[in-house]
Amino acid sequence: MNEFQKELVFNLKKFCETSIEPHMEHDDASGTFRKEIFQGLGEYGVTGITIPEEFGGAGLSYMDYCYALEEIAKTSVPYAVTVSVSSMVQSILLEFGNKSQKEKYLPELTSGKEIGAFALSESHSGSDAANMKTTAKKVDGGYILNGTKMWITSGGVAKTYIVMARTGGDGAKGVSSFIVTDGMKGFSFGKAEKKMGWKTSPTREIVFENCFVPEENRLLDEGQGFKVAMGGLDRGRVAIAAIGVGCAQRALDEAIKYSLTRQQFKQSIFDFQGLQFMLADMATETEASRFLVHSAAHSLDSNQPNSKLCSMAKLKATDTSMKVTTDAVQVLGGVGYTSEYPVERFMRDAKVLQIVEGTNQIQRVVIARHLKKEYEHHA
Amino acid sequence: MWFFTPEEKEIQKVCRDFAQNELAPFAEKHDHDETFNLKAFKHMGDLGLLGITADPEYGGSGMGAIAATIVMEEFGKACAGSTLSYLAHTILCVNNLNNNGSHEQKLKYLPKLISGEHVGCMGMSEPGFGSDAVGMQTKAVKNGDFYEITGNKMWITNAQYADVVYLYTRTGPGKKDLTTFIVEKGTPGFSVSKEIHKMGMRSSPTGELSFDKAKVPMANRVGSEGDSVHHMMKNLEIERITIAGISLGIAQACLDQCVKYAGERKQFGKNLANFQLIQKMIAEMYSETEAMRRMLYTVCYEYDHGDKSNSLASAVKLQLPKMATKIALDAIQLHGGYGYSREFPVERMMRDNKLNEIGAGTNEVMIMIIAKNLLKDALRE
Repeated sequence: MNEFQKELVFNLKKFCETSIEPHMEHDDASGTFRKEIFQGLGEYGVTGITIPEEFGGAGLSYMDYCYALEEIAKTSVPYAVTVSVSSMVQSILLEFGNKSQKEKYLPELTSGKEIGAFALSESHSGSDAANMKTTAKKVDGGYILNGTKMWITSGGVAKTYIVMARTGGDGAKGVSSFIVTDGMKGFSFGKAEKKMGWKTSPTREIVFENCFVPEENRLLDEGQGFKVAMGGLDRGRVAIAAIGVGCAQRALDEAIKYSLTRQQFKQSIFDFQGLQFMLADMATETEASRFLVHSAAHSLDSNQPNSKLCSMAKLKATDTSMKVTTDAVQVLGGVGYTSEYPVERFMRDAKVLQIVEGTNQIQRVVIARHLKKEYEHHA
Repeated sequence: MWFFTPEEKEIQKVCRDFAQNELAPFAEKHDHDETFNLKAFKHMGDLGLLGITADPEYGGSGMGAIAATIVMEEFGKACAGSTLSYLAHTILCVNNLNNNGSHEQKLKYLPKLISGEHVGCMGMSEPGFGSDAVGMQTKAVKNGDFYEITGNKMWITNAQYADVVYLYTRTGPGKKDLTTFIVEKGTPGFSVSKEIHKMGMRSSPTGELSFDKAKVPMANRVGSEGDSVHHMMKNLEIERITIAGISLGIAQACLDQCVKYAGERKQFGKNLANFQLIQKMIAEMYSETEAMRRMLYTVCYEYDHGDKSNSLASAVKLQLPKMATKIALDAIQLHGGYGYSREFPVERMMRDNKLNEIGAGTNEVMIMIIAKNLLKDALRE
């Protein structure tokens, strides 16, 4: 970590401890999202960290971004996720938006005043995203959108949505992407998902019923929507991986702290070799994941994005997060299973990290595809 | 299993029907609301299941570990939380009382517990003494015809609903100076001090019991002073076996859900069943579940035929919950986003099963016990 990163992490840690941590147990139980927390994070510049300063961003690197996400995730996986999804929306706008789209939508997102959301999945097209059914029919001056998008992180609390919809025939080539904002006529929010974890981060269906979207809100040309959707993938995966590292690190920290204070059989449970082996494995896996995440972030920062590495980071860090949080509950025993201690929450929050931004099965498919390509290239 | 008797097969059928009709449809709601399905519990009494291992003389069914485990598996498939409460009542309270109580105590307490009129629980763990249970500090002090009991018991399944507590206390300074009592609800000085909110098993109430000079009559002492450790030893194997039965039910239910979902869910133009990654997950879940089933019921069979092995019961308790957590995590993964939502039961099953790696002796305690049994000669050197 360089001096700047140390300071960023130090400040974020203070903010998380004083402004987020005291709410987490309550907000997890009640499913409460606090926009003021997100806006508070904005004041530290982490809601638009990699976006150039001309659009209000902090103009920092993906490595910096990973440190920030890890730190937030140590206190709250859901708020780290809200930041990461909003950031992915910004990186899409930056890469594919035209000048006026960038000027219009980026500043309020980078500052953290508003939240961005990404709408690709539908009830029957999750991993198989190109099979979506939502349509955008060309009319004079714009498009009419009809359909329902599912699993939308920050649905209802976000203002700016990147929405993929079908303007042409079947498959990926018939998909276009649009910027839709809260309040547009015919755009509404469907049911809120009841989930196992990520309870403070709202997940909702978003519904389009003859929703008119002006032509100027289309990103790139018709038929290039899938390119837009996939454009954010590498970055999204690295972000989720960094969150996975933070989630694992917190669980490990809690497990160490508890095992040093808890006495059974007249000694601290840390002194049992069985526990030491668990903790040593947890720490090693977490550190290995962190290195992989940083390698992937480095590839993004050096403008040579390595998709294989990004998928590997996502796969390894989130599988590790699941294993380490599960073991942490085990180390804490009965109290680990209760909401009085945070580890069960982190375990519930970890599970969906293995599912979002491409399930870990999809990551394996992606990695295998790269392996084959590399082999053929060298042969 | 091929060795189930006709009676055991009948129990299996009755429990399967009951679980599908009276537990499964309400499992999600009770999980969400953290409420107890008391109606179903009462109905278990009508079916004669609440005293499955107790003597018929007191209203029990007089059956063994196989029958009790069948109930756990079948109920566990539908609602693990209700099953845990059933276990705390039937195995921890009723079975203990049946094995260790006097004729008078059994006549007084068992019929109402077995009919479902009363709910039972057991009090062993304390805030500072979980794995190290025999270190307990709750004290019982003799005072005339009474004992005065003071202390706190933690993680008590059924606490808020219990009419009868089968309670372990300390009556002397020695490690084994532990004495058992039957404490009734309403005893002056006895209260439920705290409700405990949990990650899973949310339809099974958990609470903390407080005793502040609670006056318990001499007649409610089970056996003599210092008998508790002996009582605990007698019940350990069946506790471990039956809680593993809940994990078997959870694993089987997860597998069933996955097979169904893989046939329904279409991605990339074909259903999930066509993908080799999915096939691998399902084939492994099946192999693991069958290994679990055969290990568990074989140990039950041996137990019922007089061959009780502490190491094997501990091995069952170590293996089954651990494997079921893995299976349940995979089941969520196979269902993707839907698996993480409460629309499908697999996320609940995973949360529920995690408890089985902790309750009734953590995995680590099982490892300690097995190692101690296997290595006792080597450790003596």
